[in-house]
Amino acid sequence: MRHFLTILGHEVRMLLVSPGTYIAAVTFLAFMGFIFAGILAEYSTVPQESSPAVAFFELFWVPVIFIVPLLTMKSISEERRLGTLETLLTTPISTGEVVMGKYGAAYLLYISIWSATGGLFYILHRFTQDSFLLDLGPLIGGYLFVAVSGLLFVAIGIFASSLSRNQAVAGIFGVVMLFGLIIGTQLLAGLATLNLESFSAVKSGVEYLRVFQHLDDFSRGIVDSRQLLFYVSGACLTLVLSVLGLEAKLIHS
Amino acid sequence: MSDSPSAIAVSNLVKNYAGVTAVSNISFTVAKGEILGFLGPNGAGKSTTMRILTGFLPATSGEVQICGHSVATETAAVKRVIGYMPENNPLPEDIRVSEYLYYRGRLKEMSRKKLGPRIDELLELCDLKRVRHRIIGKLSKGFRQRIGIAEAILAEPPVIIMDEPTIGLDPHQILIVRDLISRLRGRMTVIISSHILPEIEMTCDRVLIINQGRVVAAGEPAALKRELLGRARYEIEIVAESADMAGLIASIDPSLEITSETMPDAEGFRTIELSTDHDSDFSEDLLRHFASHERFRLRGLTRAQPTLEDVFLAATKRSWDVVDRPVGKSETVNQNS
Repeated sequence: MRHFLTILGHEVRMLLVSPGTYIAAVTFLAFMGFIFAGILAEYSTVPQESSPAVAFFELFWVPVIFIVPLLTMKSISEERRLGTLETLLTTPISTGEVVMGKYGAAYLLYISIWSATGGLFYILHRFTQDSFLLDLGPLIGGYLFVAVSGLLFVAIGIFASSLSRNQAVAGIFGVVMLFGLIIGTQLLAGLATLNLESFSAVKSGVEYLRVFQHLDDFSRGIVDSRQLLFYVSGACLTLVLSVLGLEAKLIHS
Repeated sequence: MSDSPSAIAVSNLVKNYAGVTAVSNISFTVAKGEILGFLGPNGAGKSTTMRILTGFLPATSGEVQICGHSVATETAAVKRVIGYMPENNPLPEDIRVSEYLYYRGRLKEMSRKKLGPRIDELLELCDLKRVRHRIIGKLSKGFRQRIGIAEAILAEPPVIIMDEPTIGLDPHQILIVRDLISRLRGRMTVIISSHILPEIEMTCDRVLIINQGRVVAAGEPAALKRELLGRARYEIEIVAESADMAGLIASIDPSLEITSETMPDAEGFRTIELSTDHDSDFSEDLLRHFASHERFRLRGLTRAQPTLEDVFLAATKRSWDVVDRPVGKSETVNQNS
């Protein structure tokens, strides 16, 4: 635990001095700002049924697929490329603490970048004073979803980073895995074949994994413990795999 | 084993990488407070052995004990008693020198209170004061190397393992590092590997030469020279008849013998090499005898001092010829035939 905090502090500092973080944060905020402006433009022309927060969080996946790998791809692959993994692992710390420290730092940063988008809603609230536009329910649900799903997404990024000594490869791995999880499940769920009787088990499995379904529920204020469990256990499993990835490379290096 | 006086005990260590044997049955011990030089050609298995000692790599078979802790089963305890500087001295790029040492100190479980003064002390010791607030990635090789050394001795561990600590340093910096390592003698057990042989000869109490994953020689540098090269050699530049020479040389000492002689040059001088297995110095006797006879014209006489380099070359060459023959009289060398 003591080492975890040391590594966490160090990793947060390293992320804060790295230009990549700022590129990721600025791109993310600019992108979300454009989306938000687009949504508002739509709302000003045609009356809509749902609050803008719902439409805003519908597009969460676009930045997630790019931001998460940008924040995490460096974490382990850089240590391995520079060889500092060797000095790190010859101190009295475990590989688990290394992975958790890096994961914790990336997650904190992910959350803080997301929380910056709260500013968009604040500005909207300042200038419209319209309670429909700022429906607290979907807003809190949306942020809760981001926080919970982030557990898994960031863990996937860390896992990708543990697989390669090349940052770019780790980044691409991360993008592919996140894409598979978020968009892949959505596409699978849309397959007509799954409606067949014999595929009903697969269908319910895919439904369970569907990230967009989770987002819908959260936005509507339904916090399903099965979904929480999915993200938490998924994150744990991915982190265990990252530790194994780290150690397997040690043995074969 | 925990009450044994040796800080490091390695027995029958074997490491295979995907079918290639990097380390094959190495055994040695290092006493507490001793400085051991680890020599060998590139690819001999030095770095692999060091990595196994630190617990970073698992061994294929064999047993390593560091301060009484087994590396295989008590890895955490072993990591608390070693300071390690890997090959090529990897350092993070974007962090300041003092921040890096602070972070490493915290990882090594040093208290904040102790860490501050210790870092100041080390920066002074390693001549890093000027760069303490600079970013590591922008420093030159010499500075980086000294940061690595400072980091290895930061927590004052009883065992320090350094893989080529003086590589890339200028002669002045090498002097600083040599002093630094000498200062650790008696307090800490140090293993250093290096290709700079005079360096090892000057700093180390004992050397271990490995080749192709085997120990080919071990012992004190002076003893190794005697053991591997055996004989003192003399080189004489002289004008003389061969038969005359042989008689005279035999009269000085029967153990002296001519090992080689060259053809006479334009002025009739020949270079003759003599060797003996006696330790005493015959230079004076030789000079006196040759000078006292009119028919010899002596131009030069040198007594060749074997260096560790000769030992290294002899040891590593020999093992290429007879890999499996046990060599080294030192008690710690234990070849498996």
